[in-house]
Amino acid sequence: MSLAAYLPILPVIIPALAAPCALLAMRRRRLLGVGIGFASCLALLVCGLALMAQADGGTISAYALGEWPAPFGIVLVADRLAAMMLVLTAVLALIALTHAVVTHADRKGWHFHPLFQFQLMGLNGAFLTGDLFNLFVFFEVLLIASYGLMLHGQGPARLKAGVQYVVVNLVGSSLFLIALGMLYALTGTLNMADMGLRVAAIAPADQGLLRIAALLLVSVFALKAAVAPLHLWLVRTYAVSTPAVAALFAIMTKVGVYSIIRVVPQVFGEGAGAAAWVPAPYLLPAALVSACIGFAGVFVARSLSEQASYAVIGSTGTLLIAVAGWSGESLGAGLYYLVHSTLAAAALFLVADVVARRRGAYADNASPGPAFAQRGVIALMFMAAAIAATGLPPLSGFIGKLLILKSVAALPDWGWAWGVILSTTLIGVIGFARVGSAVFWKSSEGEAPPAPASRADLVAPLLALALLAALSAGAGWASGYANATAAQVLDPAQSAAVVLEEGAR
Amino acid sequence: MTYEFLVASAIGVLVAGGIYLALRARTFQVVLGLTLISYAVNLFLFASGRLVIGRPPIWDKAVSQYTDPLPQALVLTAIVITFGMTAFVVILSLRSFLETGSDHVDGDKVPCDAQDGLAEDAAP
Repeated sequence: MSLAAYLPILPVIIPALAAPCALLAMRRRRLLGVGIGFASCLALLVCGLALMAQADGGTISAYALGEWPAPFGIVLVADRLAAMMLVLTAVLALIALTHAVVTHADRKGWHFHPLFQFQLMGLNGAFLTGDLFNLFVFFEVLLIASYGLMLHGQGPARLKAGVQYVVVNLVGSSLFLIALGMLYALTGTLNMADMGLRVAAIAPADQGLLRIAALLLVSVFALKAAVAPLHLWLVRTYAVSTPAVAALFAIMTKVGVYSIIRVVPQVFGEGAGAAAWVPAPYLLPAALVSACIGFAGVFVARSLSEQASYAVIGSTGTLLIAVAGWSGESLGAGLYYLVHSTLAAAALFLVADVVARRRGAYADNASPGPAFAQRGVIALMFMAAAIAATGLPPLSGFIGKLLILKSVAALPDWGWAWGVILSTTLIGVIGFARVGSAVFWKSSEGEAPPAPASRADLVAPLLALALLAALSAGAGWASGYANATAAQVLDPAQSAAVVLEEGAR
Repeated sequence: MTYEFLVASAIGVLVAGGIYLALRARTFQVVLGLTLISYAVNLFLFASGRLVIGRPPIWDKAVSQYTDPLPQALVLTAIVITFGMTAFVVILSLRSFLETGSDHVDGDKVPCDAQDGLAEDAAP
């Protein structure tokens, strides 16, 4: 096998090796440890881009771990969707890591860098794996790392939110295992491609069980994605996390959305007989409600980070409105919006941190405080991030929402989708304008807090905003890629052929 | 049939108890509830390979019927993960109790109930 054949495993191996190396190096040479973290993120970006170039022609590469053939061994599958998510993760990780290092947030505890790498390993593994149980294992890896990162910096507020976050996710993991057990008992396989072929042949008496398993599995993914009735854990967790970590967590909810996009068409798609598209009818109402709740939260938020957290819920809802259409066009629009909303949420969290670092005791509360250093520049950055998050021109949110509106117009329930997307946009704009004018326009009496030593902490949010600008400038190419990805996802036979042929070889 | 009934009802009782405890207000009870749920899940996973008694999971010339080895491997993985998670959540809730002075899951100074007097102790 050539080196290119091993490419799909690299995004899992690199952080797995970088984490212990960083752990060993941090004790004696802090800079070396930080360097290892950055080198690993850069290497992941290169791998992601290489995989993207490989997948862009439509090839799906399957990697059988230990050369065990496919339905029995574990496979990693690198297709367009996986490559896209890998690149997004690597870019976001670079931004978050830069911010953490520049603001010294990584020095508040011993193990920031190793945990960060393990988090990346879990994320990359979840995006690459073609095996359902393996998906569970990578979910656990990324969750365990996220518990550590979320508690990074400590403090009572974080600990309390941490207990809730951990307990909710443990319950989610239990449900995940129950769903997996049912699916295995019914189909006798855990390989997603193989399962997709076998569900059609399930006896009519067992169809009920299959439907329950499908709904349970999708509920677990919805919990991770923080979709409407299951969103309550998100705001408390994200609003108290270290902002650099919260920026990275912007992709954690997208892991849930990714899993829905990956598993539903492949296992419960067209060929699934009576269980075909079982979760589909529940997805749209949940998405509509979470878009409403998210932007209502943006409207009433008391601080910038809380607002950013609600914006995450709202954008996930908007994204799922597109996904719930399950047509090539709407899924393509959704995937474009997925990339955009991840970057926009990260930008919001980082701007909130930049503000909090300059306002002293006022932190990022949505109340007028004394004028602070670099207020004008930061106000512009907040405006750009808010424009992106709500979907106004000229940034990519506008293009994303336009694509979603256009694609769902062909669906039966388009009235609801249009109404909710347009009205939540308006509510979001008003919410961001309210908080922005309180923080950046009004001033109260009082001593201005001292300006921070350097302006270097503006770099990471600017980077995120620049990427959003690039995403809107390159929207033609990006949406073309997203549409091709959607077509590939909705044609699971293609990937099943590659995965199972790899096994037969 | 009897074995299936026994295992199924055991899983049911464990889940019922686990859900009841997980919905309580104190972290200790929640942790116990999660542990019960994870026991139930492990049993359930184990049973997903069908209940076969007295059969080996590994190939043997003299044997014609086997038990499914894969769920056993899955259960092993699940046990290891839940063990680590339980240890973590115990330490986390202990730490949270020590730092905030309350082991109510919603934190701060919410009085849970007077059953052990902790709410009164924390007040002054």
